[in-house]
Amino acid sequence: MSTSAAPVPEGPSGVGEGAPSALQRVFGALRAIPVVWYLTIVLWVWIAAINPLFAEPSGFLAYLKQAAPLAILAAGAFFVLASGEFDLSVGSLVTVCVVVAAAISDGDPSKTWPVIALLFVIGLIVGLINGVVTTIFRVPSFITTLAMLLILDGAVWLYTSGSPKGALADNFREIGRMGIEVPVIDQLPYSVIILVAIGAFSAWLMRRHFGRQVLAVGDNDRAAALSGINVTRVRITAFVLSALSAVIAGILLGGFAGVTAQVGQGLEFEAITAAVLGGTVLGGGRGSVINAMAGALALTALFSWLNLQGVSGAFEDAVEGVIIIAAVAVASYRLREGS
Amino acid sequence: MTTSTPPVAQHPGPAAQGGSQRSAASRFWRALTKTTTGQVYLALIAILVICWAVVAIKGSNLLTIDSITDMLIRSVALGIVAAGQTLVIIGMSLDLSVAWVISLTSIVAAVVMDGSNGNIVPGILAVLAVGAAIGLANGLIITKLRVNPFIATLGVALIIQSIIESNWDGVVEGVAKGLENSLGYSEIGPLPIAVLLLAAVYLAVWFLLRYTRFGHQLYAVGGSEEVSKLSGVRTHRVLITAHVICAVCAAITGLYLASRLGAGSPLVGTDGGYDLESIAAVVLGGTYLLGGRGSVLGTLAGVFILAILDSTFNALEVNAFAKDVARGVIIIVAVAAYSFRAKGRRVRKIGAGPAATGNAPQTQTQGANA
Amino acid sequence: MRGIKKDFLGVHVLHGIDLECAAGEVHAIVGENGAGKSTLMKILAGVYTPSAGEIIIDGTPQKFNHPLEAQQAGVSIIYQEFNLLPDRTVAENVFLGREPKKGFIVDRAKMERDTAKLLHEFAPDDPIAPDELVGRLSVAQQQTVEIAKALSLDSKILVMDEPTASLAAHEVERLFDRVKRLRERGMAILYISHRLKEIFELAQRITVLKDGNKVKTVNADEVTSAELVKLMVGRELDQYFPPRGDPSKRGDVKLRVRGGATEVLSNIDLDIHAGEILGVAGLQGSGRTELARAIFGADPFLEGTVEIDGKPVKINSPKQAIAHGIGFVSEDRKTEGLTLAQSIRDNVALAWRGLARGRRSQLSINVKDLCQAVELRSRGGLGQEVRYLSGGNQQKVVIAKWLATEPQLVIFDEPTRGIDVGAKAGIHDLIRGLANEGVAVLMISSELPEVIGMSDRIIVMRNGQIAGELPAGPTEAEIMFLATGEEDIEAKTEADLAKIQEELSSAGEGGKS
Repeated sequence: MSTSAAPVPEGPSGVGEGAPSALQRVFGALRAIPVVWYLTIVLWVWIAAINPLFAEPSGFLAYLKQAAPLAILAAGAFFVLASGEFDLSVGSLVTVCVVVAAAISDGDPSKTWPVIALLFVIGLIVGLINGVVTTIFRVPSFITTLAMLLILDGAVWLYTSGSPKGALADNFREIGRMGIEVPVIDQLPYSVIILVAIGAFSAWLMRRHFGRQVLAVGDNDRAAALSGINVTRVRITAFVLSALSAVIAGILLGGFAGVTAQVGQGLEFEAITAAVLGGTVLGGGRGSVINAMAGALALTALFSWLNLQGVSGAFEDAVEGVIIIAAVAVASYRLREGS
Repeated sequence: MTTSTPPVAQHPGPAAQGGSQRSAASRFWRALTKTTTGQVYLALIAILVICWAVVAIKGSNLLTIDSITDMLIRSVALGIVAAGQTLVIIGMSLDLSVAWVISLTSIVAAVVMDGSNGNIVPGILAVLAVGAAIGLANGLIITKLRVNPFIATLGVALIIQSIIESNWDGVVEGVAKGLENSLGYSEIGPLPIAVLLLAAVYLAVWFLLRYTRFGHQLYAVGGSEEVSKLSGVRTHRVLITAHVICAVCAAITGLYLASRLGAGSPLVGTDGGYDLESIAAVVLGGTYLLGGRGSVLGTLAGVFILAILDSTFNALEVNAFAKDVARGVIIIVAVAAYSFRAKGRRVRKIGAGPAATGNAPQTQTQGANA
Repeated sequence: MRGIKKDFLGVHVLHGIDLECAAGEVHAIVGENGAGKSTLMKILAGVYTPSAGEIIIDGTPQKFNHPLEAQQAGVSIIYQEFNLLPDRTVAENVFLGREPKKGFIVDRAKMERDTAKLLHEFAPDDPIAPDELVGRLSVAQQQTVEIAKALSLDSKILVMDEPTASLAAHEVERLFDRVKRLRERGMAILYISHRLKEIFELAQRITVLKDGNKVKTVNADEVTSAELVKLMVGRELDQYFPPRGDPSKRGDVKLRVRGGATEVLSNIDLDIHAGEILGVAGLQGSGRTELARAIFGADPFLEGTVEIDGKPVKINSPKQAIAHGIGFVSEDRKTEGLTLAQSIRDNVALAWRGLARGRRSQLSINVKDLCQAVELRSRGGLGQEVRYLSGGNQQKVVIAKWLATEPQLVIFDEPTRGIDVGAKAGIHDLIRGLANEGVAVLMISSELPEVIGMSDRIIVMRNGQIAGELPAGPTEAEIMFLATGEEDIEAKTEADLAKIQEELSSAGEGGKS
């Protein structure tokens, strides 16, 4: 304890060690940038070097458009992971959205908006069930959401008998495919607009009470509860956000993927991989939603890069598996060492 | 080790003495009603009766010799994986890679045997070796790299999936006829060989858990890794061993399924949903999902419960996918029921002290006059 | 042990400690909470590897990477926190890690026989069945099992970390007999305790630690307990406490409990006035913490009525308690008070964020001002993670967290546990400051001088009930009389009195470090 009586509780770090030089400050600032951004940028540059089209606005926007659904899912996954839980049902929920939308609207453009509203209702219900079963019935979330995965997959097959019926209306598909015509960059895809909007909304949310509460709950739910935080409500909300992100991702994916019962397969794990790659700590309490979304951008870029290297699609899974194990291992090593 | 060995049979407290004086029948009744495993078996009987009645109302019989044999056979594949899964869950870990291990080992069996009966032994050895290697990888990643078991084994599953998908895209012929005719479809007396295999696996795992140091230490590690370590248990070694056995169990299932199909199949594991189903069976069998408590005999009952439900759904001609839905619901209900009970137990154990407190050994010091 | 250093997360916990213990010696280690005693012992037991320094046993340097290696080198340890598995039997716990084998299988019969023998030797009149689950035993029985477990190792070096915390007097005596016999057999024993009387009874030499440094090693017969205390705290024993409140300024009754009962508590009748500090004393397990948790709604009252400002209220959750203006500085900061990975700013705002929207908007908070109010000093700024703060500063963060909700009643449970002496006075000033501003304060403490020095009024708990109430400034004997229920305490010998006193003052410290 300092003996000085002057109440100076706050000071920038490094006070008393002499002002850092400009160079130190630049290095400090660079080190503060999470690794995932460097990874992303390196991949972008590398891809652009191989394929110059990527560096052009349209090429880059096409990449963003492709990455948007996963990035949105990663944002949703972030909230659940940061609160200390898992959500493995999002992939199946994406499938449900696409299949249900196709079957109900059956190509009729006038039904698009009501169908979208219905999808959000479904997402809300799924998220609520996940959250309530996990928090109130105290079922570990990976079991809850794995079972939800089973239930949703079963429901899809039950509903479609294996081969999805109907088709998506053109205006439904445009959301994922098309964009606003903008002079310089040709076309600004809706999905990129939605991606940016969701990124901004999530970042805003994390600065609000809710976001701080999510991190507090994930860090130490006992202390949070004793501080009057409604832990149950915070976690349920996180599950609902995750499910809603799956609905949005499903609407976008419906645009460029076909209507199949496999459209969402494996996405739950990809979203978690992206979030972890972006520095989200499993078990909760640490991470940033923007970095989690950057993790999705990096992962998508990595897959494109692998494609350009001529690596087969089947190999992508292995890469994903290695990445997530490595990312979690590095995170747990760093937590232990306290660096 | 203590230096003294003289018998001190008169010393054990009255509680221990009183226990052994009860009649065998009353002890059996106590075991049935007071232990979790006993209760699981009671539940198994209740479910059997209810399902039999429901099917009987529909005008057919659930309990013919044929259908019982059928249920047993169906229980073999799941049962063997679930036995391994029980071990890792008791150790507070988890293995989600088993489904892919099953697929991979079924292919390995086909490839190594290559249709020749002479290659059965190398084939079996190869299958077991692949299983052991994957289990070792799982165990090392979880203990040495400290990766959450759930992520670690899913990551490994993805890697195995890639290996399978980039090398084989359909059924792989080549499982030796000899294996098919023995393990797959032959009987000793009234019992199929496969059922004997199931019994052998359960006996072995039960023995491991109850009578070996490994078993004792596995329960300890699952109860508290910290306490076990402080007591001098090589916790990593114990957990890695559990993972190796679990993956080997999955490999045996892979071998068995290959013998039934007469071929290896890239999808046989995932189509069967063995990852989740095995966890479901373990949980239904009363093993605590957070480690340290449970029994493999309970898991066997869990496997039978799932098989009975399966047969009942079939008899009632329920849609295959509705079964998935029903299974998901059953898993959740089972886990929820057990976690409520576990909560009640903990509160009782520490008196009415701080009920929300985390690990038990610490909290016990607080509720002094409980 | 020579030059032992240990860093955690970049924090130096031990700064080069030398310690030696001869065969046939009991060497006591004393020091305040946080002095580094337990860390040092855990290094010896192979739990932590030292950042520098070496351990030498019988002339051979040792390097332990796992507790098993320390065990094999002849070190066994009785841990302060129980090192037992509640779901395993007594015998399985005692022989964990070295289960006797007969061929391939564990010899359960031998294991239970040997356990029974060990336990019988140690506690013949309190039979513990070797096949009973440890979770079903009483705390004292668990302590017995823990001791039996360490003794069964038959090692060369025995470390005892507060072994008597939850033993009854006659069990303590038996333990001492045992320790003395082990000493005579040539075992080297390191004995950690807060109870100076025990130390003088057992130890030949005493090493005093303070803030991770060795202060001194002294021969037990060359030092008095007063000198020892001075070495430990680095100053005279009489502590500074802020002046008490002016009784005439005591406000109306803020909180009134009538007939409060939970599973542990019964017949709780309690008034806390605005502007006073009501101290709560009692032995460990008397229901002190339970009382706090019941008022705060964490384990709410099941019966009885609670009034705040004369209006009946129902408090069934911490959230409701906070809405009624109650704050709770809990016993265990790290697991119940703070979110360690979050910033100071987020921790200070934590309880405020949980308030209802309307109330929250009335109370705009300024984290910086709050930190100034509690005199929190952090070099890392408000964005620093609280896990890097010292114990005292962490406690200030917890207090600031409650100040943010503008509480009417604040409950402090062991407010200065694990906080170094210098920071204690600061916390005491803060508590008195709150009372002077008209806040009602309920303060639980197992340190009698703290309760006596701080409180305007004291209630003493016993067996889940309020055994009695005392005015400001009672003697320790008066509190002990109520806490133990000993009618003839006056007749007790000086020695017994001292024992009870020590038990009382260190009672709460057995559970947590």
